[in-house]
Amino acid sequence: MAATKLRRWLIFGGALSVCLPLAAAVLPEDRADVLYHAYDGGGVEISGPSLLLRKTFKDLFSVSANYYVDDVTSASIDVVTTASAYTEKRTQTSLGLDYLRGKTTLSGNFTRSSENDYEANTASFSISQDMFGDLTTVRLGYSLGWDTVGRNGDDNFKEDVRRQHYRLGVSQILTKSLLLDLSWEAITDEGFLNNPYRQVRFIDDGNPNGYGYQPELYPHTRTSNAVALRGLYYLPYRAVLKAGYRYFTDTWGIDAHTVELGYSHPIKERWIVDLGYRWYSQTAADFYSDLFPYQDAQNFLARDKELSTFTSHTFSLGLSYQFAQGGWGFIDRGSLNLGLDHVRYEYDDFRDLRADGVPAGSEPLYSYSANVLKLFISLWY
Amino acid sequence: MRALHVPLLAAALALSGCAVEPWVKPYERANFADPLMSFDRDPVAGAYTNHVREAREGARGADGGHGGGCGCN
Repeated sequence: MAATKLRRWLIFGGALSVCLPLAAAVLPEDRADVLYHAYDGGGVEISGPSLLLRKTFKDLFSVSANYYVDDVTSASIDVVTTASAYTEKRTQTSLGLDYLRGKTTLSGNFTRSSENDYEANTASFSISQDMFGDLTTVRLGYSLGWDTVGRNGDDNFKEDVRRQHYRLGVSQILTKSLLLDLSWEAITDEGFLNNPYRQVRFIDDGNPNGYGYQPELYPHTRTSNAVALRGLYYLPYRAVLKAGYRYFTDTWGIDAHTVELGYSHPIKERWIVDLGYRWYSQTAADFYSDLFPYQDAQNFLARDKELSTFTSHTFSLGLSYQFAQGGWGFIDRGSLNLGLDHVRYEYDDFRDLRADGVPAGSEPLYSYSANVLKLFISLWY
Repeated sequence: MRALHVPLLAAALALSGCAVEPWVKPYERANFADPLMSFDRDPVAGAYTNHVREAREGARGADGGHGGGCGCN
């Protein structure tokens, strides 16, 4: 699997691990979730389960465990133009512990992810403190990750990545109906950060199609900063409006903006409808090019479409059905949930090389749509 | 003298901040107890959604995953 993507998945793993209550200091609720996820877009199909269990002990500790699987079948645009379709499996497990003492919550988590050519570990720690009459919650977090990158078919290839995350956040109740959250996260990476399989292309008149390939090469360090402001507003008729903005910048020259809007609306006693829209736009990394002018044109070379200039639009629909609201055996309540996202990706400087008979560099720009399914059951006990 | 103004002001703000009266009283916070009033109501789905995005975008971090995967409120 693409090392860069895997590294990001582990970042996700770290984020998955760290969690703190938003308002007054309470431990998370005891619940179990069983989710089936499926992604289908751009020639890539990924599906699998995710199980999450959480249990409180002595009103002081909360233990959580997550088991997650990605079954991947990839014939993405990169794969069909430079390699062969493949299948693979990634398994991730994590264990977490939260400890509540007064208005302070301490959280620790360890996550491990494995696949045939990438191993990753993340240890996270965070602390949150309620203050000012419990209207304000301040959070601090740190994660350390250490990965081993391999390459299928090359037993001698073994590289390391070290990742560190620093998080700071403040949640503030402003009125009886308005909650704001400001968060900042800095991430530093060191090590082998590119994909051991991916190629960049360069102009080569000696080739019939006008271009040749060479391996991509990224810097061995990356530092990024992201700051986000999000808000929730409770409407008079029991519904919630959500809005958020995030700004991102990094030492590779990528700047990104994200805007999110959402609306949650209950219908009668048992149903909740969620509607959402998300806009995302980024500039390319300094060392990205769809077509380099010649071989070894720069110190660093990338043709990963995730480092290109692009925009995406996401439309989301969620339906939730509440059951056993009066309790059922040891279960306090439950919900059955369906989430559907439709995403449209439009690239400004990444071209579709499947086009035949077109001069190099004038192929049509690439775009694709993806559908994401989340089907899950949640039980509180 | 002017150089003292900033630290004095900061100290005054800090001290007054410690004694701040909550302007939204505990009995006025019923809306925040509603499960709808959450940035990440379903952590298992929220974590997965963040994962899908991070795998396909250059940006990362501060993604609203206060939560992701944790079951918190």
